[in-house]
Amino acid sequence: MYEHDVIVVGAGGAGLRAAIAAHEEGADVALVTKLHPVRSHTGAAEGGINAALREGDDWELHAYDTMKGSDYLGDAPAIDTFAQDAPEEVIQIEHWGMPFSREEDGGVSQRPFGGMSFPRTTYAGAETGHHLLHTMYEQVVKRGIEVYDEWYVTNLAVTDHDDPENRQCHGAVAYEIATGTVEGFWARNGVILATGGLGQAFDHTTNAVANTGDGCAMAYRAGVPMEDMEMIQFHPTTLPSTGVLISEGVRGEGGILYNDEGERFMFEQGYANNDGELASRDVVSRAELTEVNEGRGIEDEYVDLDMRHLGEERILDRLENILHLAEDFEGVDGLDEPMPVKPGQHYAMGGVETDENGETCIDGLYAAGETACVSLHGANRLGGNALPELLVFGARAGHHAAGKDMKTAEIQTGPSARSEPGDVAPPIEPGAVDTGSDDVAADGGERSSSDLRTDGAMVEPKETLEHAVQQERTRVETLLEDDGINHAEVRSNVQQTMTENVNVFREEAGLHQALHDLRQARERYENVAVSDPSRTYNTDLIHTIETRNVLDVAEAITLGALAREEFRGAHWRAEFQQRRDQEWIKHTMLAWNDGDPELYYKPVLLESEHKEYEPKERSY
Amino acid sequence: MSTQIEQETETEESADESVTEPPVESPGDRRRQQKRERASRLDEQRRVEEEVSEDEETVSLKIFRYDPEVEGKEEPRFDDFTVPFHKGMTVLDALIYARDHYDSSLTFRHSCRQAVCGSDALFINGRQRLACKTQIGDLDSGTVRIEPLPHQAVVKDLVVDMEHFYDQMEAVEPYFDADDLPDDELEEQYQSRENREKVKMSTRCIWCGACTSSCNIAAGDNEYLGPAAINKAYRFAMDEREGEQRKQDRLRIVEQEHGVWRCQTQFSCTEVCPKDIPLTEHIQELKREAIKNNLKFW
Repeated sequence: MYEHDVIVVGAGGAGLRAAIAAHEEGADVALVTKLHPVRSHTGAAEGGINAALREGDDWELHAYDTMKGSDYLGDAPAIDTFAQDAPEEVIQIEHWGMPFSREEDGGVSQRPFGGMSFPRTTYAGAETGHHLLHTMYEQVVKRGIEVYDEWYVTNLAVTDHDDPENRQCHGAVAYEIATGTVEGFWARNGVILATGGLGQAFDHTTNAVANTGDGCAMAYRAGVPMEDMEMIQFHPTTLPSTGVLISEGVRGEGGILYNDEGERFMFEQGYANNDGELASRDVVSRAELTEVNEGRGIEDEYVDLDMRHLGEERILDRLENILHLAEDFEGVDGLDEPMPVKPGQHYAMGGVETDENGETCIDGLYAAGETACVSLHGANRLGGNALPELLVFGARAGHHAAGKDMKTAEIQTGPSARSEPGDVAPPIEPGAVDTGSDDVAADGGERSSSDLRTDGAMVEPKETLEHAVQQERTRVETLLEDDGINHAEVRSNVQQTMTENVNVFREEAGLHQALHDLRQARERYENVAVSDPSRTYNTDLIHTIETRNVLDVAEAITLGALAREEFRGAHWRAEFQQRRDQEWIKHTMLAWNDGDPELYYKPVLLESEHKEYEPKERSY
Repeated sequence: MSTQIEQETETEESADESVTEPPVESPGDRRRQQKRERASRLDEQRRVEEEVSEDEETVSLKIFRYDPEVEGKEEPRFDDFTVPFHKGMTVLDALIYARDHYDSSLTFRHSCRQAVCGSDALFINGRQRLACKTQIGDLDSGTVRIEPLPHQAVVKDLVVDMEHFYDQMEAVEPYFDADDLPDDELEEQYQSRENREKVKMSTRCIWCGACTSSCNIAAGDNEYLGPAAINKAYRFAMDEREGEQRKQDRLRIVEQEHGVWRCQTQFSCTEVCPKDIPLTEHIQELKREAIKNNLKFW
C-alpha cells in the first residue's frame, strides 16, 4: 500500500495544478495517472486562456460573458470565483515560464474569442494547451512531486454509509499497467479526481482515446451526483475524417465559414448578425448542421473554413500548428485552400458535482477540470474558458485538500441540495444490470460494497481501502480468466448510438433509441472478457475496464438529455425549441443510488455575494 | 532485450540532404512543394491500385511481437495482418483496426491521435515516426513493417521502456527557474518577440523519443543526455526571462562529459523529429555558447 496526504488522479492540467497547490501547502502529494503526465489531453488544447488582465477589462466583464455564454445555467459563485482568480493564475504560469505569444512591448498577447466582450484570450501560438501542460509538468519535476505514471486508478475507497453525504473517501485503487499489480493508495487528507473528459462516449470527438470519463464514472458509482450531464459541447470546427480540432483561434483571427453556395452563412442566413463566425460554439455548430441538413453543405457533410485572406505571415506567426493539423490529418493546405470542418464532440460541461473549493459531497473526495461541474460553464462553455478553469479550480482543490483555510463555499452539494424530484420516464430501467450473482467483474464493484453496508457503524478507514483493493484484484482476475466477448464491440455500439441520437439536434425518439441501445450494450458488457492473458502491459484489460466507465457516462448524458425539456445552450430538443426559464433554471442531477439511478433537480444560483445576474435573451 | 538485432540501418540515408538544403524558400513554398510531391505519389498509387483489382483495397502489416510471460511470444517474432485500406488511413488507424478486429492482445501506446501526446513513436519501415501522423499512402513499400523504437528495452510488442528517456530529460533540470521575478503577482515578465521566436521551435518537443532512438551516439553511450534533453536545456538556456546566472548553471550541465560535445552532427535526430525541431542546430548552438562562456572566464 502507498501512502500520501493527497492523491491526485490524472495528471493533465487540472491534476498538475492541484498537485502543485497541495505541495505549496506542505502536503505530501502524489499524482497517479494511466498515462505519463505529458501525454495528457490538455496538450491538445489549442486556442487559449481567458483572463481579464488589461486596462479596459475587468473580472466582472469576464464573469458576465461567462454567465451569458452558460445560457444562465452557470452558478454565480462559481463564475465570480473563476473570473476573479483567473488573472493571478495566468500570471502565475507566466512566472513558471509559459512561452506565451507576445506583443511588440514584450507583454503577453491577447486575442478575441467567441462570446467574449473583450480580447482577453492569452495564447501560445495555436498550441496553448501543449505549452501549459509542459510548463506545469516542469514545475512538478522542479518540486520533486511523486508521479506514479501508467498506473490506472480503477476504483475509489469510500465508506459505505447509506447517505452519500456521510461517506468518506480514504484513497483509491490502482493497477500498474507495466506489471499488472493492483495496489491501494491511502490518502490521509483527500483524493482529487482530475481525469479529464469523456469524449470516448462518442465516435466523432476531438478527445483522446484515453478520455473515457473514468473520474466521473468512479465518483458516480461511489455516490457523488452527476450534474448537467446532458450539456455536451460540439465544437464547430473539427476535421471531418478524424475529429481533430481546428482551433477557434482561426475564427478569432478572422477566419470565415462558407457553405456550398459560397455564402458566408453565419451572416447571410442570419444565425448571428453581430458576431458571425465568433458567435458562441453551440450557435455555430447548429448553424453548420442546419446548412448541411438544408442541402447547403459541401458533399452533404461539412462546410469550409477559410483563412487564406489572413496572409501567410500572420498564419505562420499565430496559427502555424493549424497548417500542420490540416495537412497531416485531412491532406489540405490551409494557405492554399479552405479547410473542411464539421461539429464534433469536444467538451463535457457537466460532470462530478463540486463546490467552488472542488469538494464533492463525499468527505475527502474532490474533482477539478473537465471531470468536475462546479458549475462554471452551465449549458455552454466559451472558448478559452477551459484552461483557466483547470488552473483556478485545480489550484483551489489542491489547496483545500491540503488543509488550507479557505472561505466556506456558497454552492451546496449532495442530495440535501435537492429542490425537487426529477421527472423523466426512460423506456428502460437504467443503471446496473442485475445478474442475480455476486460477480464483481463487470459491474465496477459497487454491488459487493453494498453487501458490506452497515449503516451507522463506523467502518475502519484502512479496512475500506483493503476491501476495495481486494475487489479490484478479483475483478482483474475474473476478467483475465473468463471467456467472453471483446469490449471493443460494446464500446463501438455505444459511440455509434451516442453520435447518432444524442448529438447537436436531439429528439425524444432518438433519445429513447439511445437508451435502448445503451441498455443492450450494458447487458452485453456483462459477458466481456479479456483475451490477452498477460499481466505485462495489458491494454486489452485497461480498455475493457474503461468501457464500463464509458457506458455509465453515456447513459447519464442521455438521461439528462431526456429529462431537460427545453432548448438551452448546447442542449436542443426538437419538441421543446425554446429556453424555458420559468421551469428550467435548474440543474439536472443524477444519483447512482447503488445501481438504481435517480434524477432530481437543484436550483441554479444566479446570485453571488457580488451581484445578481438577470437572465437575458442570448444573441450574438 | 532490444530490437537492435532487427534494426535496418536506413536512418542515415538523408543526412546530407538536410545539410545542403537551400535555406531560401519560405515554409509555404516548402509545404506546397511537399504537397505536389505527395499528390503525384498519390496519383501513381491510384493508377497502381486501379490495375490491381476491384476487390477491397487492403494493406499488409508486419508487426513485431514479444511478451515475456506469454507462451509463444517470449521469443520475438513478426506477425502478419491484412487490414482494409481507406484513403487517409494512418499507421495508427491500421494498428487499431488489427487490434480491435483480429488480436486484442496487440499492444501499443496511443492517445491523442493528433501528434501532440507523443505516445506512438514507432520504427515504421525502418525509420522513427509517429504512427498517428504517418499516412500509409505516403509509405513506399507495399507491406508496412512496424517495430518498437530501437535502442530501448521492449516491454511488450510495440511498447518500450521510456524510463531512461525520462531520466535523461529530467537530468537537465527541465524547468523554468528565473533569477528574479516581478514582485507584483499580477505583473508578467517581459520577453521580446525575437527571443520567443528563438526558443519557439525548442518548446514544441512532445517527448516522443524518436530523436534519441535514432541517435547512434545515444545508442553507444547510455549516459549521453541525448538530443531531446539537450533541446530542453536549450529551451531554457536561451530564454531571456531566466537571467544570466541560471544560464551559466545550464551551460555547465550540458557541457558535462556526456553532454553536447558527444554529438557528431549526423542529423539523424533532426531528420526524424515529428515536430521539425532543428535539434542538431540547437546542440551546435549550445556548443558555441559554452565556448564563448568559457573564453569569458579566461
